Amino acid sequence: MTGSEPMTGTAQAEGDGAAALRVEDLAVVGHPSNVRIISGVSLTLRRGHILGLVGESGSGKTTLGLSLLAHCKRGTEVADGAIEVSGTPLTGLDEARVRRLRGRAVAYIPQSPASALNPALRLRTQLIEALHEWDEQERGPRADRVREVLREVALPDDDAFLSRYPHQLSGGQQQRVAIAMAFAGYPDVIVMDEPTTGLDVTTQAHVLATIRSMTRDYGIAGVYISHDMAVVADLADDIAVMFKGEVVERGAAARVLAEPEHPYTRRLLRAVPLLRTEGHPEPGEPDAEPVLRISGLQAGYGRTTVLHDIELEVQRGECVALLGESGSGKTTLSRSVAGLHTQFSGEMLFDGAPLAHSSYRRTADQRRRVQYIFQNPYEALNPRKRVRDLILAPYTHLAGRPRDPDAVVANALERAALPAEYAARFPEQLSGGERQRVSIARAISTGPELLICDEITSALDVSVQAEIVELLRNLQDEGMALLFVTHNIALVSNIAQKVAVLNKGEIVEYGHVGEVMARPRHEYTRALIADTPDFELSLPDEARTADTQLPEAAGQ
Amino acid sequence: MLRLILYRLFYGLLTLFVVSLVVFAATQALPSDPAQAILGREAADPARLEALRRELNLDQPLALQYWSWLSGVLVLDFGTSLSGGMPVSELLGPRIQASLSLMLITAVIAAPIAMAIGAFAALRRDRRFDHSSSMVTLVLAAVPEFAVGIVAILLLSTGGLKLLPAVYAGSSTEVLSNPDQLVLPVLTLAIAVSPPIIRMMRASMIEVLESEYVQQARLKGLPERTVIWRHAAPNAIGPVAQVIALQLGWLAGGVVAIEFLFNFPGIGKALMDAIEARNLPVIQAVTLLIAAVYVLVNLVADVVGLAANPKVRVSSR
Amino acid sequence: MSTADTARTGGTATAPAGPVRRPGLLRTAWRYHRTKIGVVLAGAVLLVAVAGPFLSPFSPTEMAGLPNSADAEGTLLGTDEVGRDVFSRFLHGGYTLVSIAVLSALAGVVGGAVLGLVAGYLRNWADELIMRTNDMLLAFPQLVLALLLLSILGPQVWLIVVIIALSHANRVARVTREATLKVVEQDFVKSAEAIGVPRWRIMAAEILPNITSPLLVELGLRITYSVGTIATLSFLGMGLQPPTADWGLMINEGRTAITIQPWAVVLPVAAVAVLTIGANLITDGLSRASIGIDRGVEK
Repeated sequence: MTGSEPMTGTAQAEGDGAAALRVEDLAVVGHPSNVRIISGVSLTLRRGHILGLVGESGSGKTTLGLSLLAHCKRGTEVADGAIEVSGTPLTGLDEARVRRLRGRAVAYIPQSPASALNPALRLRTQLIEALHEWDEQERGPRADRVREVLREVALPDDDAFLSRYPHQLSGGQQQRVAIAMAFAGYPDVIVMDEPTTGLDVTTQAHVLATIRSMTRDYGIAGVYISHDMAVVADLADDIAVMFKGEVVERGAAARVLAEPEHPYTRRLLRAVPLLRTEGHPEPGEPDAEPVLRISGLQAGYGRTTVLHDIELEVQRGECVALLGESGSGKTTLSRSVAGLHTQFSGEMLFDGAPLAHSSYRRTADQRRRVQYIFQNPYEALNPRKRVRDLILAPYTHLAGRPRDPDAVVANALERAALPAEYAARFPEQLSGGERQRVSIARAISTGPELLICDEITSALDVSVQAEIVELLRNLQDEGMALLFVTHNIALVSNIAQKVAVLNKGEIVEYGHVGEVMARPRHEYTRALIADTPDFELSLPDEARTADTQLPEAAGQ
Repeated sequence: MLRLILYRLFYGLLTLFVVSLVVFAATQALPSDPAQAILGREAADPARLEALRRELNLDQPLALQYWSWLSGVLVLDFGTSLSGGMPVSELLGPRIQASLSLMLITAVIAAPIAMAIGAFAALRRDRRFDHSSSMVTLVLAAVPEFAVGIVAILLLSTGGLKLLPAVYAGSSTEVLSNPDQLVLPVLTLAIAVSPPIIRMMRASMIEVLESEYVQQARLKGLPERTVIWRHAAPNAIGPVAQVIALQLGWLAGGVVAIEFLFNFPGIGKALMDAIEARNLPVIQAVTLLIAAVYVLVNLVADVVGLAANPKVRVSSR
Repeated sequence: MSTADTARTGGTATAPAGPVRRPGLLRTAWRYHRTKIGVVLAGAVLLVAVAGPFLSPFSPTEMAGLPNSADAEGTLLGTDEVGRDVFSRFLHGGYTLVSIAVLSALAGVVGGAVLGLVAGYLRNWADELIMRTNDMLLAFPQLVLALLLLSILGPQVWLIVVIIALSHANRVARVTREATLKVVEQDFVKSAEAIGVPRWRIMAAEILPNITSPLLVELGLRITYSVGTIATLSFLGMGLQPPTADWGLMINEGRTAITIQPWAVVLPVAAVAVLTIGANLITDGLSRASIGIDRGVEK
């Protein structure tokens, strides 16, 4: 365990008088195991300020966020410490008093509004409910307030809109409704639990702008929970970093970003993919014949066409990033290359020879040389097989029974930077990052020439993502060609040489990464770059080599 | 929405048609000679065999047999009972009423109680009420209903307390005028139908209570009453309605053993009597009827399920 | 980023043992009290059914005394309405019921699992055909379908097994298909498809091992229902035929004299009830354990 060092009081000394939120030595334990989910957490926050609460999965940031509303998930309780909102203590109150403070003193914006809005109730009902302590005599009708706050979050305020059900709204609109609901009752503190997860960058930018301006205008203290350092750097005035249930560092945002004191903070900062880099060095002159050449490809489902006229080339040893938001058709394209999506027309050449639509129609050699790695490491490995069999079964199928199976497994694991003992493990005994490494080991064991990576880091924490990207770079240096599918534009500059930007089924921009990033020609790419939080690593380089011997945060 | 309902309706009709085929095939088209089966040992007399064959239309081709039977069924003419010579529809009329009363009384009593128990168990999750109701439900769900009935008879009628009559005595037209005779059959059926409803209600309620929108409602500061009645209950009832309908459909078949046990003059008893007497037209009519009720109830459940879901209801306006 | 990489390998090299694997389904189920109680209850009845015939003082069909006498000489619990020893008939009456029930449940689960697996994985016309036929068959309550066929074809043991197995199979097929659909959506199946592993091998090696939990739960449930349905059929006179000693039939024969010779009814009813309760408790233990295992998919 690390991070139990005392807080250096540099940050919150000033402005204690106006503190809207004060947390003192808070601890939450789980039952019946009595494990401390969070412990010794202290925070203060002033009105009009936003505190970014950063941590990776399992760090306890959501537990902390919920405890600020005096809410504990089933099987957990506050064991220690105090929470004060505008001078009113929240801990130790009975259920009815807590209830009256919620919405008025503290409000909550959930991570996924699609599941946090009641599917069976109209928006009107759900919005008016948020004003349960509203005094109509003094402050006018509730309905008027609802319309007012809807206008503030840039949503329609007419009756037709209020009569809608949540499923009739887009994801961005749903999140705006949730924001309106939280701001409606003029709370002192608002807790936001990753409110932009699942939104595309453009919507995310709008939602963040709304949150920023409303927090300032209302003079509300905002607690913004996120795993995304880039977003927090953009939004927050103060930053608190959580690791294994403790706040290991907190302070003014500028200070934490520029002079992080805790090694974990440094590691987190360094793992953030940078939007603008010099790009990966060119691998030299392209060969005459690319590994993969796609021309005039159309693909669809049933009668709807989702991909139009795709032209794409991947050279040996080159990484081409396929960048697109959800629904852009990027997964359909990558699956067509893998032989998993068969409904397409057009030409697809692998090493000069045409690739059949279905993987079952391809030659064994083609199937060996094109390998696919899936997005979700928790689903990509058969939970009933050991790592050894996970690697050997495809190997045997594609390359025949090996003379020395142990050597095949050991070699594959080594190339994926995993110890050889992992061969005996089952997937459930691995962390998310380790599982993804096993997926990579499985794919590269047969010596493929083209690796298709479908959002392979999107389910992982940033620090793990950085390791996987590093691994892929090494593979590429060994001559592997990569088709790297992603929605994260910042990742593109960190791994690819070329990028193809996919929008609504069409490639709107295609070229060298450095060029596209510096001088995007298409307005979609320009908007994408503008809406992505531009994170710049401002900590000095010499801190790099020190103190990075931290265990992976993901746990098992 | 309308198109979905029409599709289900069409599908229900198709199922009924197939059901009629199965019933007909089982009774008249199987390689065994139904006339011989009916007469049993008396089949030695070729003249009687021939007469019966003619009465059952067995001398005609299968398709024609089926058609004449089906066209009768469509106008509620199920043929003539082989014992007594009464039209089957007339014979079954009062018995259908008797069985329907039994089923409806059971449903009206059992469904709300089962839902209340299930919901309460969910709210008291992992406490004593939840544990004991879950154990009792498990035990009752396992035991076949006729065994439950016999235990009820042993406890309340013959053995322990001599409170209620063990078997029904009376005709099918006066079912409602003998409430004390109804207690045991209704009790047994209620015990048999309730466990799945209780379990589903509990599971569905727990799922909803754990949902993010209920958490959000609590975080908004709503009173627990509002959270449960406005946010949780309406979303929990949808899946339960389907189970209730399924259980009602099950009742249509479940009454057979119970009516046999309690000698209750409904369609189940009629079926058992007809089987004993090899009364083919009655067997056909009753099995078809039970299957029809089953299909119909499932259809209603489907439609109710669709109508209760705002996503389906609103999106296709 | 090279530092992160060294951190990774450095950290794992020192801890080769790794986290412990979760225990399997049966072991998890055994942790619940209800599973243990269920095993004791069902085991006791199974013992009676299997060992009973060897221990009985009389043959199940021989006359041991006057009809319906509660204290006939030489008998433990008196005689039935024909004068046969109630206790001996009870000891003989479980074997057929239990074996038919287990056999039909096994056949139904195996058949249903194959159908459901094929339908759920292939998702083509075979799926449509299997599931639509299934829906049609489901339009009959299990008992009524059995009564219909048995009344026409005559009550025969093989027919009972076939009918019960069939009506189980279409319900099991539904459950298996649902379970299969969940597994098929997972990427490890697509990963096998991408390298062209034959379909049958994907079903056998990738999908089947991941749906054993629901199948085991189904087996328990189906045995419970088989016992109930077959006992009910015998009770209605459409199962095993006299003079066989059979629990369901004993209840049918003894119920008219329930006030003077209650044992002829009480014993078999208790046996059927205890067996089904035991089987259901085991099933519930299994299903609780399987929910826990399935939940282990995410971290």
